Order: sequence, then C-alpha cells, then structure tokens
Amino acid sequence: MATFKQAPDGASASQKLMTWVDNRFPATQLYNEHLAEYYAPKNFNFWYFFGALSLLVLVIQIVTGIFLVMHYKPDAALAFASVEYIMRDVPWGWLIRYMHSTGASAFFIVVYLHMFRGMIYGSYRKPRELVWLFGCAIFLCLMAEAFMGYLLPWGQMSYWGAQVIVNLFTAIPFIGPDLSLLIRGDYVVSDATLNRFFSFHVIAVPLVLLGLVVAHIIALHEVGSNNPDGVEIKANKDAEGRPIDGIPFHPYYTVHDVLGVSVFLLIFSAIVFFAPELGGYFLEANNFIPADSMKTPLHIAPVWYFTPYYSVLRAITSEMMYVLMAIVAAGAALAVLKIKMSTLLKAVVLGAAAVVVLLMMSIDAKFWGVVGMGGAVVILFFLPWLDYSEVKSIRYRPVWHKYFYGLFVINFFMLGYLGVLPVSPLGERLSQIGTVFYFGFFLLMPWWSRLGTFKIVPDRVTFAAH
Amino acid sequence: MSQQKVDNAKRTWLIVSGCAGAVGGLAAAVPFVASFEPSERAKAAGASVEVDIGAIKPGEKLTVEWRGKPVWIVRRTPEQVEALPKEDPLLADPNSLRNQSDLTPEYARNGHRSIKPEIMVAVGICTHLGCSPSDRFTPGSQPSLPDDWAGGFLCPCHGSTFDMAGRVFKNKPAPDNLAVPPHMYLSDTRLLIGDDKKA
Repeated sequence: MATFKQAPDGASASQKLMTWVDNRFPATQLYNEHLAEYYAPKNFNFWYFFGALSLLVLVIQIVTGIFLVMHYKPDAALAFASVEYIMRDVPWGWLIRYMHSTGASAFFIVVYLHMFRGMIYGSYRKPRELVWLFGCAIFLCLMAEAFMGYLLPWGQMSYWGAQVIVNLFTAIPFIGPDLSLLIRGDYVVSDATLNRFFSFHVIAVPLVLLGLVVAHIIALHEVGSNNPDGVEIKANKDAEGRPIDGIPFHPYYTVHDVLGVSVFLLIFSAIVFFAPELGGYFLEANNFIPADSMKTPLHIAPVWYFTPYYSVLRAITSEMMYVLMAIVAAGAALAVLKIKMSTLLKAVVLGAAAVVVLLMMSIDAKFWGVVGMGGAVVILFFLPWLDYSEVKSIRYRPVWHKYFYGLFVINFFMLGYLGVLPVSPLGERLSQIGTVFYFGFFLLMPWWSRLGTFKIVPDRVTFAAH
Repeated sequence: MSQQKVDNAKRTWLIVSGCAGAVGGLAAAVPFVASFEPSERAKAAGASVEVDIGAIKPGEKLTVEWRGKPVWIVRRTPEQVEALPKEDPLLADPNSLRNQSDLTPEYARNGHRSIKPEIMVAVGICTHLGCSPSDRFTPGSQPSLPDDWAGGFLCPCHGSTFDMAGRVFKNKPAPDNLAVPPHMYLSDTRLLIGDDKKA
C-alpha cells in the first residue's frame, strides 16, 4: 500500500480534497494515465475519429435505450403496439426511438470504419494483438445486440429475421435442432423468444459489451496507439521519458475529437430528423407490419450491416460445395508440394484435407453456408497472425497492396449490396466469386502480404505542423 | 516463498475443495440453462387442429395454424397432379427418401406425397431456415423462377423452390422437401392435423 500523502502547506481546499480522495482512490492517477499523460502520436488523421465516435454512439444507445425501456412492453401481444405508442403518444418518444434506431446503423458505420483503419495501418500487429481481439469481440457483441434488438419491435422483419437466424443453428449436425429450441424457448419464434431477447438486449449483452470496451481501452493504453505511419513512438523518448512524437490525449485529442463529434452529430441529426428510415436501409418497410407467423414477407433481407455476411450464407449452394472441395484439395496439394515440412506433417495435412472434403460431401450445403457466414466474422480474429508484411502501415507497403485493399472494400460493398437484393442467378454467381475473394484475401495473406517492394519506414512520424 | 516447504496435505485438500467448488458451480448452472427450454405451457400448446376442407376450390390453398406453424392444404387441379411425375428429374429428393420419420409419414410416401392425390397437406416452413414460401401457382416464366416453371412455391428468403407436392428442386439452399404433418381424414371434408391414429 502506498504511503499516505500530505497536501502541501497553504494548499487550496480543492487540492486538499483531491489529496484526501487520492489517498483512498487513484483518481488523479487514472486521469493522468488515460487522459492528461496518455501520449498519443501527433500525426493522427481523419481515420482516428472513429474510435471516439463509437464511444459516443455507445453512450447514445445506452441513454436512449434506458428511456425506451420505460415505455416498451416485451410481450408478443403488446410489443408492436407499445412501439407505436412510443412513436405517437409518448412526448418526444419518436425522437428517442429514431435516435436509437439510427444509432444502431451509425454504430456499425463508425465501427466498420474504425476496423478498416486498423486494417490499413496494421494496428492489429504486435504488440496490439489483444487490442484487436477485444475489438473483434466487441464487434461480435454488437452483432448480437443489433440482432436481438431488431426482434423487439415485433414487426414482420423482426419476426422472420429472428426465425432465419435462429434456424441457422439447426444446421449444426446432431445438436442443432435442440440448440435452436433452447434459443427460442418454444417450437417457433414466440413470446418466450421475445422475452429472452429483451433480457439479453437490455442487460446481458450490454454488460459484456461495456466490460470489453474497458478491456479494449486498457489494452490500448498499455501498448500505446498506433498511427498512420505505423511507427512506434515509444522508441523515441525525451529526457523525461515522454515520446517525442506524442502529445497528451487531453487537451489535444479531446479538442480534436470535439470537431469529429460535431460533424458526426450534424449528419446523425440530419438522418434522425429528415430520413430516419433512410430509404428502407435503416428501418425496413415490412417492419411496420405486425409479426405474422403464418406469412413471410415476399422479400426479406437483413438490415444493411449484416448483408455482406448474409450474401456469404446465400452463396454456398450444393453447386458451390464442389468448388470449395476443389479449393481445399488444391490448397492441401499446394501446401504439400511448396512448403518445406516433414513427411509426417505432410501426411497430416493431406489427411485433414481428406476429412474436410469427406465432411463437405456428407453434410448439407446449408451447414456450410452457416460455417461460411460465421467464418467470415471469425476470420477477423486471426488477422494479427495472417499478416506477414514487413511494415505495418499501408503507406510503406507496395502500391499494389493499396489497390488490393481497395478491391477488398469494393468486394465487401458488392456482397453487402447483393445481400439486400432478392436471389437471382447472376447475383448468386457474383456473391460466390465475392465469397471466394473474401476468404482468399485473408487465408492467402501469409503469402501475398510478403510480396512486392516495401518502402523504407522513417524513424519518426511524418507530421507537418498546421 | 521458494524456501517454504510445500505442505502436500494442504495442497491436496485445496485441490479437492477447488474441484468440489467447480462441481457445485456447474450444478448451479443446470437450472439456469434448463430455464431456456420450452416451458410446460409451450409444450402443452401442441394440440391437433380440425379443418373443414370442403370449401377449397381446385387450385386454391388454405392455411391453418398448427403448433404455431402454418400448415397448407392445397386442392391441386388435375393438370397439377398430372404434372408432378414430370418434375422428378429436376428434384433433389423426388421419392421423399430423406429423413422419412420427420418429414414424410408412411401414408405420404408416394408420388404426390399425400393420402388423396388432389389434396396436398404440408407444413409451410422452408427446410432451409424456416421462412414461409410464397405461392407461385401460375406456370411460366417469372422473376426468380426458371422459364419452364410448372407451378409451386418460392421461398422469398433464399430462393429455394418447391413443386406442387412440396418437393424441393435440385441445387437450392433447402436440403429437404417440406414436412408433411401427421394428419388423417375424419370424413370426406374433415381433416385432422397433428394426429394420425385411428380414434
């Protein structure tokens, strides 16, 4: 235990109070470690707004959520009407609800941009692997939160969306049907499902989410922020041990982020007030019809932020399975021929590939669709161990890497757009190509990320004072 | 610390009590996980449903609710019944051989998957991910369907197609034909869904 500190003679009342507090709770220490003496690189650019913005959206979601729960009824017979009650009768209820529904989409926009920032500047690489892993876990929680929250208005899209996603679990061999029964709590999506999703949406997942956000920030502040140059600022310290290229988070970046927050809130408010449904992308038209377990809407699609993964799910048909089997076989053959390893390991690789191909033949494409959809998210967790490029930041990687990342983004948008559309033969082909590219991008990264001529990384960050 | 001698007896008891605690913790989780299962009330809600099918005209469909799911009763036109065997080569499982115990009761294991050739009874839930397919009884070319479409059902979620006997077409996301619920005729126009034992 630290020794008791004494406020200096003639200290002001507030100084004395802080000394009293600090002797019992490390308030000043926490403030310094995370704000006033947390040194962030001075060359942050546009991409670095989105971390702070996602925290802002989290606060918006929690506050608006608390107020919505005061009026919402988690009961299959009352839920739809209680949402309409919030929209029409509760004073300013429409605003709170539109903030919450727009906030859900805004959350995914800022988080996708935040993740993309991490990808292009190599922010997931040593020593920031845990920052990235906590971040991916936050992303998973966010998806669970969004999915379960979407059931609560008990509209047609809520109902059938939940029906489809819960039924995904039935595709798992042996335990699947029982597992989905356990999730629904009934033989169909019903009142029991609504009630438990409500519980998860307002209590369980937010608690986990908050814990993960704290872990994400603690891990970040332990290793220090990366920057657009991918240079470790801690390698260059002044006499007092402060990074030369670092500036205190507060006041420099707090003020800086106020600008980002202002611009964000301008756009956010414009959507909340003038286009809360955003043409059916943020709130789908079919969800203004009460849930009907007898009739699926003619066109159902998840909300935009899930559609890239939904496209992957739809891409895997029994025809596609032959392509995937060929890819597994070719991958194993290539590994055995090209990579130096012991005969035993080669046998293991070939054996594993044979087992996978056999499983692919014996289990329905439906299951592999689910595996593909889940894998598209899970693969993100492995990014720190897939990237073998010499440098962190895209700035010093070969020029074609930039185009390749560009292609990845275009592909992600294409999958997202196809996921909104009804099925068509052309769309199916495109989503299959997109799926192969998506997984190829990650799984072949250990190979392609080493290729090309890398530029020389400077010792210090590039920064022009303004 | 390192100089202290390990008291092995104490360590053994620490491990034992730690394990006992873990077993207790796991046991305490059982009621919580079990509470996720369908309640007694949900289990009891599976009663069978009696339907009057006399008013269904040829080419029409009646939907009734059974265990919270839509059950379709279609009176097929003679042309539709005649067209069924022609679809066989295009179907994934024309003879309904897969998962027979769950999907196709004995009395529906035939070309038209029903007791009476003209009456189709099936659970209107796609075997892919549980959407309810929509009616596409009109033959011919139309969006999302092949040009030689002979009439059937299209699932709006992932595009699985079924023929007029609820049999799934090849190379679609749905692996199985639509389930035929247990059912029996009480009279010529009275149909009981959910039970097929002679009373």
